[in-house]
Amino acid sequence: MDGMTGGPEAQWRAALADGRFLLQRAISSGTVFFPPRVMEPGTGETDLEWVEATGLGHIYSLTWVSQKPPVPPYNVAIVRLDEGAQLMSRIEGANPETLRIGQRVRAKIGTQDDGAPILLFEPTGH
Amino acid sequence: MGGDFPRGKSAIAGLATFGVGEAPGFSSMELTARAALLAVEDAGLRIDAIDALFICQPDDFFAGLSFAEYLGLSPRFTDNNRTGGSAFMSHIITAVMMLEAGYIDTALIAYGSNQRTNGGKLATSIKPNSWDAPYRPLFPLSSYALAAARHMHEYGTTREQLAEVAVAARQWANTNPEAFAKGPLSIEECLASRIISSPISVRDCCLVTDGAAAIVLTRTDRARDLPRPVVPVLGAAAATWWNSIAQASDVTTTAAAESGPRAYHAAGIGPADVQTVQLYDAFTINTVLFLEDLGFCPKGEGGRFVSGGTIAPGGTLPVNTNGGGMSYCHPGMYGLFAIVEAARQIRGEAANQLGKIDVALAHGNGGTLSSQATVILGSADTL
Repeated sequence: MDGMTGGPEAQWRAALADGRFLLQRAISSGTVFFPPRVMEPGTGETDLEWVEATGLGHIYSLTWVSQKPPVPPYNVAIVRLDEGAQLMSRIEGANPETLRIGQRVRAKIGTQDDGAPILLFEPTGH
Repeated sequence: MGGDFPRGKSAIAGLATFGVGEAPGFSSMELTARAALLAVEDAGLRIDAIDALFICQPDDFFAGLSFAEYLGLSPRFTDNNRTGGSAFMSHIITAVMMLEAGYIDTALIAYGSNQRTNGGKLATSIKPNSWDAPYRPLFPLSSYALAAARHMHEYGTTREQLAEVAVAARQWANTNPEAFAKGPLSIEECLASRIISSPISVRDCCLVTDGAAAIVLTRTDRARDLPRPVVPVLGAAAATWWNSIAQASDVTTTAAAESGPRAYHAAGIGPADVQTVQLYDAFTINTVLFLEDLGFCPKGEGGRFVSGGTIAPGGTLPVNTNGGGMSYCHPGMYGLFAIVEAARQIRGEAANQLGKIDVALAHGNGGTLSSQATVILGSADTL
């Protein structure tokens, strides 16, 4: 993790601000996990490296949060990445009628209201 | 080693609730202290007999210290566990171990909140973690919605089945004078209620009420000399598998699948021996998940299991016989009320008394299906 400063969380956020979606991998076990940590969860191993995420995964679970009409509902999803790690996110470009658990999704980096980068997903074409 | 539990060596010697429903003008600590006084009186003791305090208030980070000061006690031990609504089951574990070791003699476990009349606002400052917060999940509701959605996807569970949980709870509440929410409630009414975070609707959610509860624990040999029937703690176990629901490897299985078997093992019984189940039903999906995880039906069968009045009055497994968090009360955290109802059933004094009850299970949930803790209570005949 040469050239990166601060703890794993700060490093991950700095990379996201640079347009990169990173994941940690424990070198000895090959396990990829999220959120970033100072050790591999469950083993305490500290031989960690950053890898570029493929950004591909699927919707493990999904809820639509109602808002006061006419404001449309927004979704909150648990995305299971192909690498095995899991995170909460939002699926952009989707609606309650068509979006389903199991749908393949691809990561993209968006911007929050305060200008901070945010990791989002969108359905893949197939 | 690990996992040893002093079966039946400690017992609930006193219990009380206070201010269930609405208690306008009372602070949370006042409600808690009133329940505590009533429980101590029920045990035939004076407040100065208490030498260990266990508490977890929603609105006071230092509640253990505040409680000691309020009661005017200098306890040997003060516990302010923060595992959420399961904290009270964990309190029992700690208290039982300390009683058995002779480190303490009389433990008071208490909780109270004025969540409803204090402006109807949730008296909590708990928020999603920094990884989840940007996606604006309703806390804690959307976490349960994510579990329910996946349960429906994997096992075909339906909103009608979830509604059965709410309707059963209401039927119990209708004959409990202390319950807050009464009146007819139909499956259709539940299905027609507004969706908040799909698939969870208004009628899938617990109440927002005031209320306080307290129990007194001491060693069973001493409790036998006190006025009330002893309610020995046969077994108890707590388990934590995650904090954020996003980190659950399987959102349809909770750590109750660990705490339950460990508690059964300690008690020397199995699910078939449990005569009534009091569990933390913050949302209707909780009841389905916990009945599965605690071994009352196979994984995935919970929706079908609760259908047709199985857990309602007259059903084969009486669940939440006070009306539960759905219709009895839910002042922010419900765990201690489940324990009190289980103990009342064993003492033969529940509003909806089931007859002679010798084994009752109380199960608590904390965080967002994160922390699970199971307590098995027995009658004197189980010793």
